[in-house]
Amino acid sequence: MSAQLAARYGYGLSPQFDPPAGAAGWIDLLGAADPGLAFPGPDREAAIDAMTAFLEAIRLERRNNNAATRRARRNASRASLRFVFDGVRTALIRAAHVPAPLHDRLTEFWQDHFTVEVTPVRLRAWVPLMTANAIRPHVAGRFADMLKAVVTHPAMLLYLDQATAVGPNSPVGQRTGRGLNENLAREVLELHTLGVDGPYTQDDVRQLAELFTGLHADHSGFRFRPNMAEPGYETVLGVRYGAGPRARFSDIDAVLDDLARHPATALHIARKLAVHFISDQPDPRLIADLAHSFRDSDGDLNVVTAVLIDHPLGQDSFGAKAKRPMDYILSGVRALAPPADRLTALSNTDLRNLFDRPMQAMGQTYRRAPGPDGWPEATEAWITPQGLAARIGWAMAAPVAFRRDLPDPREFVTTALGPLASEATKLAARAAETRWEGIGLVLSAPEFNRR
Amino acid sequence: MHRRDILKGVTALGCSLAAHPLTTTMTFASVPGDARFVVIVLRGGMDGLGVLHPMNDPNLARMRPVLLRENAGDPLTDGFALHSALDPLRTLWAAGELAFAPAVSTPYRGQRSHFDGQDMLEAGTGMDVAPDALRGGWLNRMLSGLPGAESETAFAIGHEVPLILTGQNAISSWSPETRLDLTPQARLLLEHIYAGDPVFHAAASNAIDLAESLGVSTQIDSLGEQQMMMGEALEDTRSAAGPAKLAEFAANRLREETRIASFSLTGWDTHRNQLGGLRTALDRLGQAILTLRDGLGPVWEKTTVLAMTEFGRTVAENGNRGTDHGTGGTMLMAGGALRGGKLYGTWPGVAEADLLERRDLQPTDDVRRFAAWALRGSFGFDRAFLEQTVFPGVDLGEDPNLLRV
Repeated sequence: MSAQLAARYGYGLSPQFDPPAGAAGWIDLLGAADPGLAFPGPDREAAIDAMTAFLEAIRLERRNNNAATRRARRNASRASLRFVFDGVRTALIRAAHVPAPLHDRLTEFWQDHFTVEVTPVRLRAWVPLMTANAIRPHVAGRFADMLKAVVTHPAMLLYLDQATAVGPNSPVGQRTGRGLNENLAREVLELHTLGVDGPYTQDDVRQLAELFTGLHADHSGFRFRPNMAEPGYETVLGVRYGAGPRARFSDIDAVLDDLARHPATALHIARKLAVHFISDQPDPRLIADLAHSFRDSDGDLNVVTAVLIDHPLGQDSFGAKAKRPMDYILSGVRALAPPADRLTALSNTDLRNLFDRPMQAMGQTYRRAPGPDGWPEATEAWITPQGLAARIGWAMAAPVAFRRDLPDPREFVTTALGPLASEATKLAARAAETRWEGIGLVLSAPEFNRR
Repeated sequence: MHRRDILKGVTALGCSLAAHPLTTTMTFASVPGDARFVVIVLRGGMDGLGVLHPMNDPNLARMRPVLLRENAGDPLTDGFALHSALDPLRTLWAAGELAFAPAVSTPYRGQRSHFDGQDMLEAGTGMDVAPDALRGGWLNRMLSGLPGAESETAFAIGHEVPLILTGQNAISSWSPETRLDLTPQARLLLEHIYAGDPVFHAAASNAIDLAESLGVSTQIDSLGEQQMMMGEALEDTRSAAGPAKLAEFAANRLREETRIASFSLTGWDTHRNQLGGLRTALDRLGQAILTLRDGLGPVWEKTTVLAMTEFGRTVAENGNRGTDHGTGGTMLMAGGALRGGKLYGTWPGVAEADLLERRDLQPTDDVRRFAAWALRGSFGFDRAFLEQTVFPGVDLGEDPNLLRV
């Protein structure tokens, strides 16, 4: 059971750590400090400085396009890209060296729930900051807090076009003629809270888009700008917000609180958790119990996640899900356990070849989901001929780049899979002609790609 | 146990493995007919009015003050102007190989969700079918009507296998840069470890077959070689998702046994600064279509290409020089088999009273109806099959005579 739980709620087994004992061991982690923080995330000030410098370099190049300004812009672009690659390095290090990386798995789930992209390039350094500061601190906290942190984060405000939306009758709207943008309001209702089957209409989308005006972000961060906000009240799901004479951020806070505790949100989140962690077709009773715990706890993700981990209906479906490429690569790195300094030393080019491009070939370009609904869940979406060929290619060729002293495949099959290893995989590990091929076969095995 | 003995063990297992060998013999039976059919799914909601708009329409000028002024486009036909990014396709228009249905939609109404909208476009069903029941796509169901269809008859191209081609019937899927290089030993052992898992077994068999028939597999014998081959494939990963690579791959397949191909283009969700975004997306679409034409050579004459999107966008521009999710939109059709150089369907107008919910272009036709007639023209399906199986519930109505045949 421990190996199955480790595959589901962590990145599988590691030669360095024993997995937590049973569901209780994983549940205990929810109440403890996040062990991943031993490996620090992005430096906010440095990221903002890099983005500011990049925007300035773009401006200078526009004004005076010559070899020097072009070079300066390229260098500034590279400097801001560092924060994306640093995010990958940290993810690899945490996957390999955190004793039980539950917070990382949960962060990836919620990151996908609140999908943003690293394009356009000017906002890319905001994305790792959103993961680190808006999502990760709340994965075992209150859903409402995560929702608010994300909806006011520059990465989301820029990705879904809220940062530049303006109330048409606000002072800025009157002066500039700019107006509303429905994008963020629609996705908050459809994807982040109520779900597409939730009880909202086009009119609620419109009203929420009006209420969201004033949420602004630029390269230095989030700001609420009342002079961009549409005057007057808005009615969302039958509740009036913003009746006062002046637009207040507290009205947006209030609508997000109400959306976070809506029963449709509880059901939507319950379904997503069950589909992601348990099965593409989860038992409706499991969804009902998760939704119930979400409502009863007022969206306390510590409580809801504990119900998920402990639920008897989850216990007989181990292996029902395919790991997505990110989950797969991180599991591979955890099993290989390269030293942390080897992972820190990976150059951007190394990461392109070992992570970025393989992820794309497997169908999950890093932080570039095809839309704000994130990545698909179904096994069939990932275990395609082209997707599996890319996994096999990575399994055969990449491990030796993570550690030159590859382990003996006959031991590796046990450290990587333990009791999950099939007889066929054990036999393949023994029969392989070379170490690299034996490792590649173990990492290609169905039981290593499933959870 | 010594490795060699184990290998013998594996070989001895050959008898039981024969029940599910990792390679299936690919047969190249004569495929049904000559027609080629390509569907390009435009994900994100293409702004039909940005592609093709009525000229000198005061309503439109009022609702799109910036977008219209900045991209007037040159006249195409019947008082409509075409976005200048599609000017490279004007030669097709002149040759009667390009057409538009400017006011169509799927039956999807209500929440204006990309994801439900795309599901419905690809499932080919109506609102009467619950979203959970949308299993499988219409291009796949259509294969049931093609006697002699093989897995290579229909090809999904790209990193994802789109819903439109998933379902009961076997299809092929591959991404242009993907390779599969194995030592003979690894191949044998992979057969062994996948034998017990039907999903992995099927994907791996297809991968091995395809990589061989596409000439993108080599038998390797060292780690260095393995790494070199992976490096080569990865080098091409970036461009693999580009329109030219996807279309080139499609054309190569369609010149062989493949009759139906589908791939997706993204970048249509232009909520903000649409002038730049739509231009880029249309450039890519134009490039895909011209690459198909050039790559297909003489086969282009037998080809119909449909470029379809989940919905159109608001008639009025929003506060950020973009447009929000709407309903009615444009389908682009191309190909030598097409009776092109014209617009299909009825134009609803964009006066406020003509709009759907006072915001969207009113669709005057079901996009599935045109797709169904194009299928009928290409493969000779009967009406009942199209109305009941491929697009359950669609009313084929009068023949728009889309194809030259």
